[in-house]
Amino acid sequence: MPEQRVVLKNCGIIDPTQIATYLASDGFEALKKARNITPEQVIQEVKDSGLRGRGGAGFPCGLKWELARNALGDDKYVICNADEGEIGTFKDRFILANDPFTLIEGIAIAGYAIGARSGYIYLRAEYHYLYDLLVKSVNKVREAGFLDGFSITICEGAGAYVCGEESALMDSIEGKRGEVRYRPPFPPTRGLWGEPTVINNVETLMNIPRILLNGADWFSGIGTERSKGTKVFSVSGDVSKPGVYEMVLGSKLTELVEGLAAAKKVKAVQVGGATGRIIPYHMMDTELSFETVLGAGAITVYNDSRDMLDIVHKTLQFLAEESCGKCSPCREGTEVMVEILGRFTRGEGSARDIAAMERLSQAMMLSALCGLGQAAPNPVLDSLQYFRGEYERRFRGK
Amino acid sequence: MNNHPQRPSNQSEDRQNLLLLLKETQRRYGYLSKQLMCELAESLGISTSEVYGVATFYSFLSTQPKGRNIIRVCKGLPCCLKDYHLIVSSIEDVIDISPGETTLDGRFSFELVNCIGACDSAPAMLVNNDLHAGLTPRKISQILKEYE
Repeated sequence: MPEQRVVLKNCGIIDPTQIATYLASDGFEALKKARNITPEQVIQEVKDSGLRGRGGAGFPCGLKWELARNALGDDKYVICNADEGEIGTFKDRFILANDPFTLIEGIAIAGYAIGARSGYIYLRAEYHYLYDLLVKSVNKVREAGFLDGFSITICEGAGAYVCGEESALMDSIEGKRGEVRYRPPFPPTRGLWGEPTVINNVETLMNIPRILLNGADWFSGIGTERSKGTKVFSVSGDVSKPGVYEMVLGSKLTELVEGLAAAKKVKAVQVGGATGRIIPYHMMDTELSFETVLGAGAITVYNDSRDMLDIVHKTLQFLAEESCGKCSPCREGTEVMVEILGRFTRGEGSARDIAAMERLSQAMMLSALCGLGQAAPNPVLDSLQYFRGEYERRFRGK
Repeated sequence: MNNHPQRPSNQSEDRQNLLLLLKETQRRYGYLSKQLMCELAESLGISTSEVYGVATFYSFLSTQPKGRNIIRVCKGLPCCLKDYHLIVSSIEDVIDISPGETTLDGRFSFELVNCIGACDSAPAMLVNNDLHAGLTPRKISQILKEYE
């Protein structure tokens, strides 16, 4: 399937410092259209479009909005998750730098739909160089009269991967340690400050103005049966043309990696970053969709000179460092994985170690509190499935 | 302990601004000393351990003195693939400290950090809030000259 610019429609076309260029590109037409229909109709349109969350979990966006709309609360909040911390992901950085206005319009529409008076953009500290642009963009939109009593605050993180997880993110906005919360209750019923809250990824919200303007039918005509629309991918690693690419959902991994990014001698591709899946070269025909693999769209390519054990070891080291530490399956599990994988990298592994990691993986997937711990075993299990020989070569005494 | 010119003037702020106040305090004093954290706890009416808990959770907050400029070299996998270790060696040569250390003159602190989201032009680093990407060992001394 081809490249198609839905989310990135304005990137490189408009001048992100000039709101006039955005207005000339149908800017805020979707917001006007939304305000001319009821919030329930806006939510129905988003539900009909089939839009699912682009941050990795793929929850139906319209349903999330409906839950928040129907929840009882004194105040309601919209949060845009711009805490893009997954290894190999930089699409949101690209979007924020090139088209902040579409995002702000999407947030305003979400606010109208759920009945919120305030919105937040939670920006990771590593992207501080985008802070001024975002603040100025919000001010320009307000001065142009499009926010209509709705406030948008840019809230900055302070360096913590786990804050990209929605409940940790809310704790961070509340000024606490960014630790994951027990759920239920979920954010649409009890979120920020205990009030109904919608948290959407940058890319999810970017789709909203397009859907409102072009209609749910148009959007749901793109993609596969259960994955509608396009996806923005961040491609890096052993490729000739790293960068941001937007493709129709259901496109094949090879179209992106060997086609657009011009990778050669591919050994494996990590899709979805540290907690994503490892796809070996012989499965490059895999479709990129919610039904198969997707995550937040991080595509890290490894050529045939790379050592899988080294990659998996580094990935688990990252997860162990970034575990928030609240639940023991993740806090202890990632550390044990790092220790065992370290043994393998030194050529001191054993068959018992593999069995231990497989057992531990099951426990973590079942019992960790959030996606970090539940998905941390992915790189271990995938590499054991597809590259088991690389582990066995490092048994002690071999 | 430290001779700070004045207490952070945030007596009326409440608990929800703790992270914001810690960032502000660090911006003003360079790091979060024990004294500053105790004062902050007192002014907010919360325990010192709660302040310490937040201060030590986030990698951009520091409870140790830091240099005037902080170099954060990305050690994420995409940067590893693009030989980030050569960048690390080059920085070590130029400022004569290893990751985790601060120069004696207080000009630089040097850290290795997790993915900073510049993988399309790896290897990359942040110096303070500035992104420097597409690095080569030869570019390092020129870049660091910009920071006094």
